[in-house]
Amino acid sequence: MPKTWRGHVLCAYAMAVLVFLYLPLVILAGYSFNSSRLNAVWSGFTTKWYVQLLHDRYVLDAFTNSLTIAIIATVVSTVLGTMAAMALHRYKFKSKNFIDGLLYLPILVPEIVMGLSMLVLFSQVQIPLGKITLIIAHITFCLSFVVITVHSRLETMEPELEYAAQDLYATPWQTFRYVTLPLAMPGIVAGALIAFTLSIDDFVISFFVAGPDSTTLPLYIYGLVKRGLSPEINALSTLMMVTTVALVVMAQIAQPAENKKEE
Amino acid sequence: MKDGRLLLAPAMGWLAFFFIVPMLIVVAVSFASRTPYGQVIFEWTLESYQRLLEPLYLRIFANTLWVSFLTTFLTILMGYPLAYYIVQLPKKWQQPGLILVMVPFWINFLIRSYAWVIVLRSQGLINSLLLKFGFIERPMQLLYNDAAVMVGMVYALLPFMVLPIYVALEGLDWRLLEAAYDLGASPFKAFRKITLPLSMSGIAEGTIMVFISSIGMFIVPDVMGGAKTVLIGNLIQNQFLSARDWPFGSALSIVLGILSLILIFLYYRAINGSKGGAQNA
Repeated sequence: MPKTWRGHVLCAYAMAVLVFLYLPLVILAGYSFNSSRLNAVWSGFTTKWYVQLLHDRYVLDAFTNSLTIAIIATVVSTVLGTMAAMALHRYKFKSKNFIDGLLYLPILVPEIVMGLSMLVLFSQVQIPLGKITLIIAHITFCLSFVVITVHSRLETMEPELEYAAQDLYATPWQTFRYVTLPLAMPGIVAGALIAFTLSIDDFVISFFVAGPDSTTLPLYIYGLVKRGLSPEINALSTLMMVTTVALVVMAQIAQPAENKKEE
Repeated sequence: MKDGRLLLAPAMGWLAFFFIVPMLIVVAVSFASRTPYGQVIFEWTLESYQRLLEPLYLRIFANTLWVSFLTTFLTILMGYPLAYYIVQLPKKWQQPGLILVMVPFWINFLIRSYAWVIVLRSQGLINSLLLKFGFIERPMQLLYNDAAVMVGMVYALLPFMVLPIYVALEGLDWRLLEAAYDLGASPFKAFRKITLPLSMSGIAEGTIMVFISSIGMFIVPDVMGGAKTVLIGNLIQNQFLSARDWPFGSALSIVLGILSLILIFLYYRAINGSKGGAQNA
């Protein structure tokens, strides 16, 4: 970029926006190491709030719930989603518009509407709110993301490889097992990571379908925020931020193919 | 073909049962009545939709649209220069730059709103600093008002704006700009006549994403807003959790859902239109 005054102004402006994006998060993380109970003054470095979290039964329960729900939701949505993506890749369906609609609508509809519609469903069919309803809801909102991620990966694959396998007398199963699946794997892993991240991070939909014994970490944080501030929220929020960022970076690494092509 | 159906059926069946069926029930509930205790009874009425027209609720709708409009405007103002800056970086810095923008986007809205609570509250960072340097004598009320909600909304949704604008700018043919400069156009004129029109699709996409997320938002106003700032999202939440008026809450969410879908439809028509235009040109 030319070193003109315009370039400098633009650079300063961009940096200011980035500071706006990061400063609150950095401050939150910083205060989680503050030994004072009050966030306002810095009175020395400590990790005691993190240690306290490890001994807090409610936090541990919420963590177990979040993890259980996320793992089950990820496995189910990845399996169902990958199957659907393979079908969409391999076969032409006459009702393509209908299928696309069904896939994209859950992403396009506001989260709050999706959450309350599931609450209404569960109350009509009289399933008590709890872990089961959370798992069902999480699978539902993860599914479309998995299908779209895996499908877009399959679309970048060269069909010649599958044809070559067939020419060499591979059975459809062998073609799938030794050609399609390994090539699609980065997309499947990325889809699974997205599903896991969405699930572990979800607040809005969980808010509507959770029961008293199925508090997840975001719901627990919400409760703390609503009740007033405590240093534990800082520590817990920081841990959640770090986890989310790590997962997203992993999902990025799992999908190196597109980046390589651009270079 | 038969194998294909078998592979596709579980996912589609799942979405049909746990997404479409609930939506249809919400439609039904929005026309239902309720007992004084909040029980939904399926006696059909238009009462919930009539209540939407009461001035109180119309004002909440208007307020939501206004806040969403402002949020969108401010994210363009902040997001466009940032996206432009990242596009102009050397190739190897672009990817890290984008990741830097996207990382906060993946962090929970709740946590991000809470981070602002720490910054803005009366013993928070800004007030402490201003007090310390003697600019103010008493802490200012920075939180629990409309301005705080705006800050939170812009903060939450900014990455939605930056990404599509970046994608649009990245696809731009920079030789057009060089040609404009060669022909003596000023940087401002070149921007207005070339860069801006050609990145309009990105602005449009970002606008739709930010606007739709804004009108359905309830965490940010819930955590950062006072009693005054009620958006449709908070109203819906209230109907389902405290007021226990599910028919009215359902009617509200149907209006919200339809509004979102209309916006998406308009957006797709707009981009398909502009693509067709570009091909003809």
